[in-house]
Amino acid sequence: MSENILEIKDLYVQYSAGKDTVRAVNGITLSLEKGESLGLVGETGAGKTTTALSIMGLIPNPPGKITGGEILYRGENLREKSEKEMRKIRGHEISMIFQDPMTALNPMLTVGDQIAEVIRLHQNVTKAEAFQRAKEMMEVVGIEGGRANEYPHQFSGGMKQRIVIAIALACNPSLLIADEPTTALDVTIQAQVLELIEQLKRKYDTSLLLITHDLGVVAEVCNKVAIIYAGEIVEYGTLAHIYKNPSHPYTIGLFGSIPNLNETVTRLKPIPGLMPDPTKLPEGCAFAERCGEACEKCMKGAVPYIEIEPGHMVRCTKFAGKEN
Amino acid sequence: MAAIKNKKQAVNASSNEVAVGGHGQAKEIIGRFMRNKAAVFGLVIVAFLLIAAMFPQLFTKYDPIAQDLRARFLPPSSEHLFGTDEYGRDIFSRVIYGCRTSMEIGLVTVAISCVVGVVIGAVAGFYSGVTDNVLMRFIDILMAIPNTLLGISIVAALGSTIPNLIIALSIGSIAGYARVTRVSVLSTKGTEYVEAAYSTGASDARIIFKYILPNCLAPIIVQATMSIATTIMSATGLSFLGLGVPPPTPEWGSMASSARAYIRDYWWLVTFPGLAIMTAAFSFNLFGDGLRDALDPKLKT
Repeated sequence: MSENILEIKDLYVQYSAGKDTVRAVNGITLSLEKGESLGLVGETGAGKTTTALSIMGLIPNPPGKITGGEILYRGENLREKSEKEMRKIRGHEISMIFQDPMTALNPMLTVGDQIAEVIRLHQNVTKAEAFQRAKEMMEVVGIEGGRANEYPHQFSGGMKQRIVIAIALACNPSLLIADEPTTALDVTIQAQVLELIEQLKRKYDTSLLLITHDLGVVAEVCNKVAIIYAGEIVEYGTLAHIYKNPSHPYTIGLFGSIPNLNETVTRLKPIPGLMPDPTKLPEGCAFAERCGEACEKCMKGAVPYIEIEPGHMVRCTKFAGKEN
Repeated sequence: MAAIKNKKQAVNASSNEVAVGGHGQAKEIIGRFMRNKAAVFGLVIVAFLLIAAMFPQLFTKYDPIAQDLRARFLPPSSEHLFGTDEYGRDIFSRVIYGCRTSMEIGLVTVAISCVVGVVIGAVAGFYSGVTDNVLMRFIDILMAIPNTLLGISIVAALGSTIPNLIIALSIGSIAGYARVTRVSVLSTKGTEYVEAAYSTGASDARIIFKYILPNCLAPIIVQATMSIATTIMSATGLSFLGLGVPPPTPEWGSMASSARAYIRDYWWLVTFPGLAIMTAAFSFNLFGDGLRDALDPKLKT
C-alpha cells in the first residue's frame, strides 16, 4: 500500500458575509496517494477552489474560516502549522497553478526572475544559479530558455500558463494543485497544457489535485474522481467507476449535459434549477430540489454516504440498504 | 506554392522579432511621452534648470553674492543680462544660482516625503483594518493643517535654515503620497499574481516590495513630479515671508521679497526672479502632466 500524500478529513469552511454565513465546504473527506491524480469536479460555487485554498492555508481570514476537520500532508496536520512553517511548504512541498495565466504573473518582473524567485525562496542557491535553473525549467515546459529576460506581456496565454507551471514545479513539489488550469485557454492549447501537466507529473512523480468543471479534462488526466456539490462530495471513485457507472443523480445529470459522439441526440438534458443558496442550505440532501428521483426521505435528515462497490462511494438515499 | 510557404515563413519570422524586441512597454511609454509636445517642452526646461543647478558657473561669470556698490540698479544690458540689484549684484547670476537652492529644496523634499509617504501608504493599504485606520487618521490630521501654515510654524520653531525648510515642507507633503500609494496598493493587493506569489511561499515584505509596489509606481511617479513644482512654490513663498533661506544666499523668493521695495523704479529687480519661479513651476507641471498621460493612457480624457 502506497503512502497517502494528502488526506482531508471532514473539512468545513465558512465565509461570513454580514449576518449570513456561507457554508462553502461541508465535510469533505478525500485522500490522495503518491503519484496519483484526483479530479475534483463540480459547478461554479461548489467549493472546489475553497478546498484548494484550505490546503494551501490561504483562505482569506476574515471573512473565511476553517471551522472543522483536518488536512494531513504526509501525516502532519497543516492546520496546526505556523504561518512561517506554511511559507516553507507553499511552493516547495505543495504548489498551485491558478486559473487565469493572464493575471497570474507579475507584469513588472521578467519571467526568468519570477521562476528564479521561487527557487531562491526555498533552496540555498545563488542568484545566478537560480536563474540558470529557471532557464532549465523553461526548457522543460517547452519555452526557449533564452526568453527568460522577457516580460509576461510578451508571451501568449498558453505560454504564460507554461511559465506558471514552471514556477509551480520549479522546486519539485510532492503535491500540485491545479485550479482550473485550462479554463482560460482555447481548446487546442488546453490539450497541450494538459499533456504537459500529465507528462511532468509522471516525470517528477508528483501527486495532482485537478480542479475543474470539465469532465473531459478529468478523463484525460486523472485516475480518481470526486464529484462535489454544494460543498459535499456526492460521488467518489476511480475513473472507471464514475464514467462507466455514474450512480448519483447529479453525476448522471452532468453526463447528460455533455454531447455524445456515438449517439444522435437532438437536445442535451441540462440539470434543471440552480445550486441552493449556500447561506441557506436545505436540510437533508442539497441536491433534492433538482433531483428527478427525490423522495420524502431526501428532504430530512443526514444523507448516507454509501460504498456501492469497492472504492466507489455515493451520497444518496437511493442506495440506502444496498451497501456492498 | 513554395512562394506562399516562403511568405508565411517571412511573416512568422517578423512577428517573432516583434515579440522578442526588448522592453516593449518602456518604449511605448517613451513614444507616448514624446508625442506630447507640451510635455517635451516641459522636459527640456526641467533639464535646463537641472543643468543650471548643477553647473551654474557655466552660465555666468559673476559671483552671485559679490557686492559692487558702484554698479547699483543697473538696467538689463549685455554686461548684466537681467541688470543689478540694490547692492550691485548681478541678477542673472543670482537667478541661475537660485536654481540650485530651489532644486535642492524641491528634490530633497520630494525624496524624503515620497519615501515616508509611500511606506505609510503601503503598510496601511496592505494590512488594512486597524493599522490602516490609525495611519490614515494620522494622515488626515496632516491634511487638515494648511501646508504654508504648517511650514511657517515649523520653520519659526526650528529657525530658518535650508534643512529646517526641507523638514517643514516634507512633513506637509507626506499625506499626498500616503493617499495615492494606499489606493493603488488596495487595488493591486487583490490581483491574482499577488495570490499566486503567496502560493509560492513568499513573505509579506517580499510581496509588498517585489509584487505590489512596482505595480503602483506610475501614480507615485506622477505625484512626485507634480509635487516638485508645489514644493518649489512653497519654498519660495516661505522665503518671501522671510522664513526660508537666509540672505545672502541667492533664492528666488527672498530676491523677490527684498526687491519689492523698488518695484516702482527698478522693475527688473522683482520681475526676473518672479519669471524664474513661474517657469520652474510651469515646466515641472507640464512634465508631470505628460508623464501621467504617458504612464496611464486610460486616465486621458
